Amino acid sequence: MTQYLLSVWSYGDTKPYPTEEDAQAAYAATGVFNNQLKESGHWVFAGGLHEPSTATVVDGRGGEVVTTDGPLSEAKEMLGGFWIIEAPDLDAAIALAAEGSKACRGKVEVRPFQSA
Amino acid sequence: MDTAAVERVFREEYGRVVATLMRRFGDLDLAEEMAQEAFVAALDRWPRDGLPPNPGGWLTTTARNRALDRLRRESTREARHLEAAMLADVPDPGSTVSSVVDDRLRLFFTCCHPALSTEAQVALTLRLLGGLTVAEVADAFLVEERAMAQRITRAKRKIRAANIPFRVPPDAELPARLRGVLATVYLVFNEGYLPSSGTEPLREDLCAEAIRLGRILHALMPDEPEVTGLLALMLLTDARRPARVARGVLVPLDRQDRTLWDRALVDEGHDLVRWCLRVGRPGQYQLLAAVNAVHTDAATAGDTQWWQVVALYDQLYAVAPTPVVALNRAVAVAEVDGPAAALALVDPLAGALERYHPFHATRADLLRRLERTEEAVAAYDRALELATNPAERAYLTGQRTELVGTAAGPTAEPSVG
Repeated sequence: MTQYLLSVWSYGDTKPYPTEEDAQAAYAATGVFNNQLKESGHWVFAGGLHEPSTATVVDGRGGEVVTTDGPLSEAKEMLGGFWIIEAPDLDAAIALAAEGSKACRGKVEVRPFQSA
Repeated sequence: MDTAAVERVFREEYGRVVATLMRRFGDLDLAEEMAQEAFVAALDRWPRDGLPPNPGGWLTTTARNRALDRLRRESTREARHLEAAMLADVPDPGSTVSSVVDDRLRLFFTCCHPALSTEAQVALTLRLLGGLTVAEVADAFLVEERAMAQRITRAKRKIRAANIPFRVPPDAELPARLRGVLATVYLVFNEGYLPSSGTEPLREDLCAEAIRLGRILHALMPDEPEVTGLLALMLLTDARRPARVARGVLVPLDRQDRTLWDRALVDEGHDLVRWCLRVGRPGQYQLLAAVNAVHTDAATAGDTQWWQVVALYDQLYAVAPTPVVALNRAVAVAEVDGPAAALALVDPLAGALERYHPFHATRADLLRRLERTEEAVAAYDRALELATNPAERAYLTGQRTELVGTAAGPTAEPSVG
């Protein structure tokens, strides 16, 4: 079994959903998908994030902790949410990512965790 | 037997050895290292004792025993590998391809997994299944050896880290995944038949390597019509190779000396196409092979059954409605309905194919036949701006020169070596 991060990305300067109805439909479909993940035993964790403007960057490497307004990355792509799943191989993870992408209506990146 | 002979056998058997060890131990690096050790052992033994009756089996057994020795030595660290090695053979779930799948077929699907970049797929396939050295793979694509080594290492790392499975996909996914495998092999062939970079007009080594991979695939999946179709397509194309370039200039199909064609390859290709027709499940490669069967069936260019070619492209367009297919269909239409009818089909493709040099070369030829000389010259110029193959550039330059008269000369100086 390998654990994978399925992260959902959208573009920062556009709203992830064109209308409120679209957003509600996506949330509902994502909820259904989450329940399927739990029932099938693939679920480890999942969560949706507030928009990047709510982020704070903390740098504790020096003597003094430096706190600044985030996000860290200036990139156009923004992380909107993620799942952590457990799957037997990449093909299984891709199949789940495809369902997740359809449910939340966003592109999903599949990335393996280093095994513990 | 000398070193070169051992090397030949090793290269021939490399894919089998690596694939078998990959299934046993689940580790491509280990599989490759142990294959290499088996090769060194063969270099020592075979010149002295002669070739064993089953060289592939000898290499596989030797490599496997070396791997087991190593894992036992490092058993605590590599306990997980040893465990994997002791597992009984597990059949591929949900696949009806065969109950006893050749490990090389699994390796094809792993190397050509869509999660890997096209470059990585090609490199891994040539290295692991073709048995080419990293230097040879680098040379095939005119890439620095170190960069190629890095590309292969990174791809193998992704296979391990992301846990890309080593298996034949289940039936539901098989057609799409098989297309990826076939596309990789065909890409190697095309790079050999019409190199996009470098100074060689043809790369016979790459054509031969692609055909070898195509033959392996065909042996592994004899009932898949598209696999047969791809092999037929490559054979019927490669059969014309001896007539394709003369004195550094590309010779178009209608001007080729057909006595130079390789009859054995033509016959083999025709047999495969006939098999596909009997099965009756056409696909892209089979239809392209059938087009080439029509061409290689004609004793002279004038005997070509162009209406058959048009009909085949109609079928192809139905399954693969791409602008390139539309362009090639138009070339056949020109022979049946004349260049004006063809040009009417070609012109609307300008938006999609603006940067595709065969589009401009085709337009140039049609305009030339319609005696619209000025436009034809402009189209040849555009084709020459985009074409990179030296033999093709020499041909286009010749056509253009013929059109404007030798005095004017080409505006774009070709780099004919």
